[in-house]
Amino acid sequence: MAIDTNKCVGCADCVVACQTENNVPHGFSRDWIVENVAGTYPNLNMNFRSERCNHCDNAPCVRCCPTGASHIAEGGIVLVTHDDCIGCSACIESCPYDARYVHPDGYVDKCTFCIQRIDKGQNPACVDVCPTHCLHFGDLDNPNSEVSLALKNRKWYVLAPEAGTKPQLYFLT
Amino acid sequence: MKEELIVSGRNIPGIDPYLNMWHWQIALYLFLGGLAAGVIFFAAYFVVRGKEKEMPAAVKWASIIAPAALVIGLGALFWDLNHKLYFWKLYTTIRFTSPMSWGAWTLMLITPLSMVWVASYMKEMFPKWDWKLGFLNSFEKWVIKNRIPFAWIMMILSIILGVYTGILLSAFNARPLWNTSILGPLFLVSGFSTGLAATMWISRDEHERKVLSRLDLIFIAVELFLIIHLFMGFMAGTAVKLEAFKLFLGGPFTVSFWVFVVLLGLILPGILEILELSGYRVPRWVPAFLILFGGLMFRFVMVEAGQITRFLY
Amino acid sequence: MKTRRQFIKISTAGAGVAALGLHSLKVKGLNLLGEENTEEPVSDEDMTATPTYCEVCFWKCAGWTYVDKKGRIRKIIGNKNDPHSNGRMCPRGTGGLGMYNDENRLKTPLIREEDDKGHQYFRKASWDEALNLVAANMNKLRKEHGPECMALFAHGTGGKIMSHLIKAYGSPNITAPSFAQCRGPREVGFFATYGEGVLSPERTDIRDTRCLVLIGSHIGENMHNGQIQEMSEAIDNGATIITVDPRYSTAASHSRYWLAIKPATDIALLLAWMHVIIEEELYDKAYVEKYTYGFGELKAHVKDKTPEWAYGITTIEPDVIRRTAREMAGAAPSVIVHPGRHVVWYGDDTQRSRAIAILNALLGSWGRRGGLYNPEKVHLPSYPHPPYPKPKRSWRDAFPKGKYKLASEVLTSGICDATIPNPEWDCHLRGWIVYGTNLMASLPDQKKTLQAIHSLDFLVVIDTMPMDITGYADVILPECTYLERYDILRDSPHREPYLALRMPAAKPKYETKPGWWIAKQLAHRLGLDDYFKWDNIEEMLEWQLKQKGSSLEEMKRIGVKKFHREYDDLYNLQNLEDCEFNTNTGKIELYSTELEEEGFDPFPDYTHHPEPPEGYYRLNYGRAPMHTFSRTVDNHNLWDLMKENKVWVNPKVADLWNLKNGQEVWLKNQDGIISIFPIKVRITERIRWDSVYMVHGFGQDNKKLTRAYGRGANDTHLISKVMEDPIMGGTGMRGNFVTFLKEAPANNRKEDKA
Repeated sequence: MAIDTNKCVGCADCVVACQTENNVPHGFSRDWIVENVAGTYPNLNMNFRSERCNHCDNAPCVRCCPTGASHIAEGGIVLVTHDDCIGCSACIESCPYDARYVHPDGYVDKCTFCIQRIDKGQNPACVDVCPTHCLHFGDLDNPNSEVSLALKNRKWYVLAPEAGTKPQLYFLT
Repeated sequence: MKEELIVSGRNIPGIDPYLNMWHWQIALYLFLGGLAAGVIFFAAYFVVRGKEKEMPAAVKWASIIAPAALVIGLGALFWDLNHKLYFWKLYTTIRFTSPMSWGAWTLMLITPLSMVWVASYMKEMFPKWDWKLGFLNSFEKWVIKNRIPFAWIMMILSIILGVYTGILLSAFNARPLWNTSILGPLFLVSGFSTGLAATMWISRDEHERKVLSRLDLIFIAVELFLIIHLFMGFMAGTAVKLEAFKLFLGGPFTVSFWVFVVLLGLILPGILEILELSGYRVPRWVPAFLILFGGLMFRFVMVEAGQITRFLY
Repeated sequence: MKTRRQFIKISTAGAGVAALGLHSLKVKGLNLLGEENTEEPVSDEDMTATPTYCEVCFWKCAGWTYVDKKGRIRKIIGNKNDPHSNGRMCPRGTGGLGMYNDENRLKTPLIREEDDKGHQYFRKASWDEALNLVAANMNKLRKEHGPECMALFAHGTGGKIMSHLIKAYGSPNITAPSFAQCRGPREVGFFATYGEGVLSPERTDIRDTRCLVLIGSHIGENMHNGQIQEMSEAIDNGATIITVDPRYSTAASHSRYWLAIKPATDIALLLAWMHVIIEEELYDKAYVEKYTYGFGELKAHVKDKTPEWAYGITTIEPDVIRRTAREMAGAAPSVIVHPGRHVVWYGDDTQRSRAIAILNALLGSWGRRGGLYNPEKVHLPSYPHPPYPKPKRSWRDAFPKGKYKLASEVLTSGICDATIPNPEWDCHLRGWIVYGTNLMASLPDQKKTLQAIHSLDFLVVIDTMPMDITGYADVILPECTYLERYDILRDSPHREPYLALRMPAAKPKYETKPGWWIAKQLAHRLGLDDYFKWDNIEEMLEWQLKQKGSSLEEMKRIGVKKFHREYDDLYNLQNLEDCEFNTNTGKIELYSTELEEEGFDPFPDYTHHPEPPEGYYRLNYGRAPMHTFSRTVDNHNLWDLMKENKVWVNPKVADLWNLKNGQEVWLKNQDGIISIFPIKVRITERIRWDSVYMVHGFGQDNKKLTRAYGRGANDTHLISKVMEDPIMGGTGMRGNFVTFLKEAPANNRKEDKA
C-alpha cells in the first residue's frame, strides 16, 4: 500500500471506515493518523500519515509468534488466526509500529487489509473511503499495478526501515 | 521544533501512550525461570563434579526450589495470557524462530525433570519416605543409577532456560533496550547468581557456603562486567539505543536501576560476601536476600523500561 | 418579565453504569468457546442497502446504509453517482451510525415541571400530551399576540418542513445560524457584486482550477467532502494553492504559498493584490470591459494600495504579494479566490467578501472553467397547499427602519434582540421552536441569548441529542436520526442538477419520531391540515418525483438521480457570452451601487481592528475534520477519533507562561468570562505568538452527554464580544482575546445560572 502524504488531510476517515467495516470495538483501532510538523513559524513543513500494519516482508510478529497464529498469507498479508492465538502479546512487543492490540475477546487483532474485501477483488475499506484518494492499494509484484507505478514515479520512504522488518507501507512525498 | 503525534485512532490501553502489555507477571516469570535455571545448574554441576556429599544443600535441598519456581512462573505466564483457553496451542507446534515457543518447550521438559530430580533425592532427604507404588520405586532406582547423564541433561537444559529468559526479550528488535545479544548471557549470569544466592540461604554447611559464595562473587563480577558492556553498547549505538540509555541516565529508571539493582542487588552483597569470606560475621540471609531482590528488580526494570523504548514517535 | 428558566440537566440514568460494571467483571480471555462477542465483517451481499443522504453536516452526501440480517446498521458507504460524495463519505458520514447508536439520545418527549420547592425538572410525557401542549401554547400566542410573535431556528434538512409549518402558521421569523454566524457576509457580498450568491455546495470549480486561493478557509479541516476531493484532484493536476492564514492549517501545508498573515488584515492584502493586477495590467481586459461596472473608480481606489503599503499592515513581503498575484493572473481564468464559508470574523466581512468577489472578477473567473461555475438545481414543485398567510410584522420591526436591509436572510441575533422586551417597540417575540441547532454553542454572546430565552413564553426544542439548548426548553421533542426517517428530497445545486432520497434504514429507536411527522401532527393541532394534505411523507415524495418523471420506487433503487441541465451553460461566460447580471446596473458591480444606496462604502477598504492587550491572545477557532460543530462530539465513532479540543500555543508563548504540553489551563477572555472546563495545552509552531487556536464544538456542559461532557473548552462561551457587520448583521467573532489561568478558578460556573 502507498500513502500520498502530499494529499492526506488527516481526517481519519480511514480509521472510522475500518471500524465499521471490520467491527473493531470502540476504543481500539487498526489504523491511525500521525501528524508531523517541523520547523519554526512561519517556516514550516507538515504532513499527515495514515498508518497501519506494515505487512512486513520480514515480519517480526510472525517470527516471534509461538503458535503460528501470526502468519504471512498469500499475497504477503500478515494475518492472525484467532483460534491459534494464545494472547501472549509477544507479537505486540515485537512490532516496531505498535500496529497490534489485544482484542477484548483475548486474541490479538490487527489490520488485515480487509482480507474479506480483497478476496472479492475490492480494495480495503480505508482505500475506498479516502476522500483525498491518497491511499493506493495493489500488488507490488505486478509492475503495472497502481501502487507499483506510484512507487516508480514518485519519491517515497518507509517507516523505521532500520528495524529491519522490510515494511510494505510506502509513504509518497 | 518538531512534532510527531498520533492525532486520531490508537490510544489503545496497553499500547498508548507507550507500550505496557507485559506486566509484573512476565518479570516474575523471568526471575523465577532464571532462579530455577541457577538452582538446577549448580545441583547438576556438583553431581557431575562428584561433590554430592560436600554440597548437600546445592544438590538436594535447594533443588526443591526449582519445580516450585517453575510452576509459579508458569502460573504467572498463564495469568498474563489474554486468550487463556487456547494456551494448549503452544504445544501443537514448535517454532524455532520464536523464543516463546522453544522456551515453552524447554519448560515443558525441564519442569517435570526438575520434579524427577527432587523425587530422586526424597529418600536421602527424608529417610522415612516411601513411594508406595512399586513401579515408582523401580523408576527411582533407574534415575539414581543414571544420575550423571541425567545431570548433564539438566545442565544443558538449565543453560538453555537461563539464556532463554534473556533472549525472550532480546529477540524483539522493536524494543531497542532489549534488542542486544548481551541480554541472553546477562540474564543467564544473573539467574545463576540468584540460584546461588538461594542455595546459600538454605545451606547450613560453612564449607558449602564458602564454595558457593566464591562462585557467586565470580558471577557478580561477570554480571557487573556485562552490565557495563551493555551500556557501553548503548552509548555507542544508534539514536534509539541512546534514547534507551537515557532512561537509565537521568531518566525515570535511574534510581531503580543504579540504586536497587546495581548498588543494593550486586555491589553491596558482593562486599558483604567478601567480608564474610575474610572472616567477618554477616547474617547469611542478608547477601542472599539482596541478590534475589536485585535479580527481581532487574527483571522488573528491564521489562518496564524495555517497553518504553521504541523506533517511532 | 416571565419566570426564568432554570437550566435542567436531564438526569443521568444508572442503568448504563450498572451494565458497564457487569461487563468489566468478565474475565478477559476466559469466555467459553463460541461465546465471544466479536462479529466478523459481513460481506456486502449479505446486507441490504437503503439510500440516504447524510445529515451529519450541511454537505448532505448521498450514500447507502448497510443493514445486516439482524436488522442492525453496520456501515454507511457513499453513493458513487452522487457529486457531493463521489462514493466516498467523509469521516463524519462514515461514522454517522454513531448518531443512531448513541445511547445518550433523547428518548421520549419531556415536559418542564416545577415541584413545591421551586425546583424544576423534566417529566417524561407521551407524544400526544407534548404535542397538545406545544399546540396549545402556539394557539394561545396566535390569538393573543399574533402568529408573528413566533420564531423558528432551524438547521438542516428537517428544518425545511418545520419552516413550512411556521410559514403556514403565519410567521416570517425563520432563521438559522448558518447566515449571521457563518456564510451570510459572503452571500451578501457576492450578491452585491454579481447579483447571485455563492450557494451551497459552493460553485467553485476546484476540480479544474489551476490556482486556488484560500483566505482563511481551511479545506481539509472543514470536511466539505466534495471540495476536499476536488482539491486533492487539483493537487494531482499540479494546481497552485495559495493559502492566506495566520495559522499553519492543513491546507497551508499542502500549498505552494502559505502567506502567514497578521490576523484581521486580509482586506489590505486583497487590495494590494488588486493593485498589482491592475497596475501590471494582468487583469482579464475583455472580461472586465464587457461585464463590469466601475473599473475606473476601482483603479483609482487601489492606486495607493501598493504591496509595500500592505506589507506594513499584513507583514507579508511585497515580493510575495507580487509573485502570488502574478501566479493567479497566470492561471486566470482557471483561478478561484475562494469565497470561504464561515466568514463572520471582524465585522467588515461583507466588504472582505466584496474584495474577494472583485478580485475574482478582475481575474475573469466567474462563469469560467476552473473558476466559479454556474450551478443548476432541480426545481421541485411543492405539494399543493393554500398560499401562506401574509405576516403583518416581522423581526425587522424591532429595529430602526432600514437597519439590516441587506440581510437577505433572517438574523439569529436579530431574533434574539427582537425577543428581549423593549419599550420602543410594541410586540416582542414570545415563542421559539429550536430545531436541530444547539444555540448555546452556535450563537456568540451567550448572555444575550440567555436574556432572550428567559423572556420567552415558551421554548420548544426538537433534537436528537440532549444538547445544551435542551436544558432551557419547556418541551423537548425527540426526533429520530436521519438513518431512521424519510425527509424531503435533496435538490442542492451542482454542476448538473441532482435529486437524492433519504429513507429509513431502521425503525426509529426509543420513542423518537421523524421531523415531518412532528410538523404534520402540530399542523393538525393548529388547524393547518390544508398545508399537509398528504397522509405520510412517502405520498408527498411520490407526487413530487412524479412531476419530475421519476418515482419513489426508482429513487429507492438508485438513491441519486441525475437530471439534464436546462441549458448548456455551466461555464456561462467562458467565451464572453452575453449576460445580464441581477444587479442595479446589470453588470458585475466592482463599484457597488447597492451598498452606496444604503450608505455604505461602495468599495472595500482596510480598517484597523483592535489587537490583543498585553498578556492576552487572539482567540482563533476552527474545525476538525472528524466533527461537525458540537453535534457530533458525543458520537461514539467520532469521539473515538477526537475526544477533546486543545488550545494551541506557540512555543514562545508557552515559554513565557511556562506551559507544558498537555497541561490543563482555564481560559479567561477580555470580559472576565472563564471557560467552564479546563483545556489541555498543545505547544505547536502552527500558531502565531499573538493568537491561540482551538477547535469549535467541545466543552459540553450536559452530563447526559456522557462522552462529551467536560471535554475541552467551549469557544462560543468565550466569544462575548461581537463585531457586528453593519451591512448585514453578521456577528464577527474573531475579536475576542483570552489569557491563561493555570490554577482552577473559584466558582467559574456561577454566571448564567440565575
